[in-house]
Amino acid sequence: MTLYLLRRLLSLSLTLVAASLVVFLVTEIIPGDPASFMMGMNADPSAVAALRNEMGLDQPFFWRYFDWVWGLLQGDFGRSYTYKVPVAELVSARVMVSLPLTIYALVLSTAIAFPAGVIAASRRNSPADIAVIGVTQLGVAIPNFWFAMLLVLAFAINLHWFSAGGFPGWDAGFFTAMKALTLPAFALALPQASILTRVMRSSLLDTLDEDFVRTARAKGLSRSQALWRHALRNALIPVLTIVGLQFSFLLAGGIIIENVFYLPGLGRLVFQAISQRDLIVVRSVIILLVFAVVAVTFLVDIAYAIADPRLRRHRR
Amino acid sequence: MNAPDTRPGLLHSAMRHPAFVIGLVLSLTFIAAALVSFAWTPFDPEKLTISAKLQSPTITNWFGTDHFGRDIFSMLMVGARVSIAVAFVAVGIGIAVGVPLGLYAAANRGSVTDEIVMRGNDLIFAFPSLLLAILITAVFGPGAVNAIIAIGIFNIPVFARLARGSALALWTREFVLAARVAGKGKARISFEHILPNLTNLLIVQGTIQFSLAVLAEAALAYVGLGAQPPLPSWGRMLADSQTLFSIAPHLALFPGLAIVLTVLGLNLLGDGLRDLFDPRLRKTRS
Repeated sequence: MTLYLLRRLLSLSLTLVAASLVVFLVTEIIPGDPASFMMGMNADPSAVAALRNEMGLDQPFFWRYFDWVWGLLQGDFGRSYTYKVPVAELVSARVMVSLPLTIYALVLSTAIAFPAGVIAASRRNSPADIAVIGVTQLGVAIPNFWFAMLLVLAFAINLHWFSAGGFPGWDAGFFTAMKALTLPAFALALPQASILTRVMRSSLLDTLDEDFVRTARAKGLSRSQALWRHALRNALIPVLTIVGLQFSFLLAGGIIIENVFYLPGLGRLVFQAISQRDLIVVRSVIILLVFAVVAVTFLVDIAYAIADPRLRRHRR
Repeated sequence: MNAPDTRPGLLHSAMRHPAFVIGLVLSLTFIAAALVSFAWTPFDPEKLTISAKLQSPTITNWFGTDHFGRDIFSMLMVGARVSIAVAFVAVGIGIAVGVPLGLYAAANRGSVTDEIVMRGNDLIFAFPSLLLAILITAVFGPGAVNAIIAIGIFNIPVFARLARGSALALWTREFVLAARVAGKGKARISFEHILPNLTNLLIVQGTIQFSLAVLAEAALAYVGLGAQPPLPSWGRMLADSQTLFSIAPHLALFPGLAIVLTVLGLNLLGDGLRDLFDPRLRKTRS
């Protein structure tokens, strides 16, 4: 178990190192001189030189890379070129919107998918099953930003149940803040809930065909007893994988949804930074998101090992 | 007594597969709209007629007009072209690069190159696809070509994994063994014996990736990183409608429906093809 986790940890750290190199390379090398790229075509040469110095561009490449990584490890993301404040400060305020939104959507997605998948699998080919398949087929085809717009039209503009956008901040109270995140979270959760429902359903159907379920049935358990006591736990492995993957999709998808609802999260920050050519902010946010994804992958690996003792030995 | 069935098997079962038929009809409609748009659209999609702005659907403007008085139906037709082109080339990049990589990795299983290919794939997977696209367009600037590259890069590991996984199973089969005994090299076996056996899988996965690419293109265009004006694009039409759709909901309705129906069609087509090519897969895959 420990060896397995150590191996995974090593492999994921290597992924992080490679990812940071790629992000650094792309943002430092390709646009030519980042300082003049960031300041635009008509910049004053002395201002460009000052920025070059501030960004440490007169240093050798690897030195700059290590300097950047060393800073990251200490929580120092550099200074934003447009906001003139430490990136860490900008990011930490935005994370308080993006992360709760992602978690909210993940909880919604799981809370919808779990019962829907179980109902569909336990009543295979029933009208309920067919309805679930139809709705999920539609759910994966709907772009979440369009669904978000439809939600705004229905629940904000017509029914006035929610506001159409904006975020009052956590100071306004937990429920007020959560209410502002509700429509965005539903918009984000819909496609993921559809995918998860289908995985849950098919995984459960596969497990219900297994010998040990037949044995349980032969011992006199009813179909639903066999499902709840034996099949469900075994069906959870692929579901867990998808839940882990969904975190990264939701985190990235949030970038777009935040723009629909004008939420002051990481997504808005990235797009503002892109339009202002603030590469330092862009690359810091991206590496932070990649780190979050990798960390969650590792947590899923641990969850695997707990859910299925066999994996502790057999998995590479 | 019934007359003997002389229809060909695959076509026959295809036409009796409702998901496949619906998917095929939707996908063909979308492709036809794109092709027809080269020769004809009801109106010039770039022509601004401010006097006729924000009109609801009428007999002349079937889907209404936008805030510049442009005909939405015509814009959707040309937008289909952009979606198809971006998705087609992006999936093409994924297949053209990913499949040879996967075949090579499978042929040299356990070698250093295999390891590099697979770890490289892990790396791309660690980047949520959208982030990668944003990073690329942030550095190289927005536009259809950069959207293609961004979506294409993410398709590479998908096909590399698929090709490697399936090829590994094929390498243990007798016909591959026979080819090796006959003295064929790894590259020749990969292309002459392994690849033909992967075609069905690649077509199915290609259809699914195509639908994901249409969604990704729409998302990128929506945030302003896709095809640039005046080229109409479904995602940007939605973005443009955002400030106006409380007074003119049709602006958001039709482009959204176009995306949903296209993606739905491609997904159903992919599911249908998978069932037709290999009925055993029907149950296990979701």
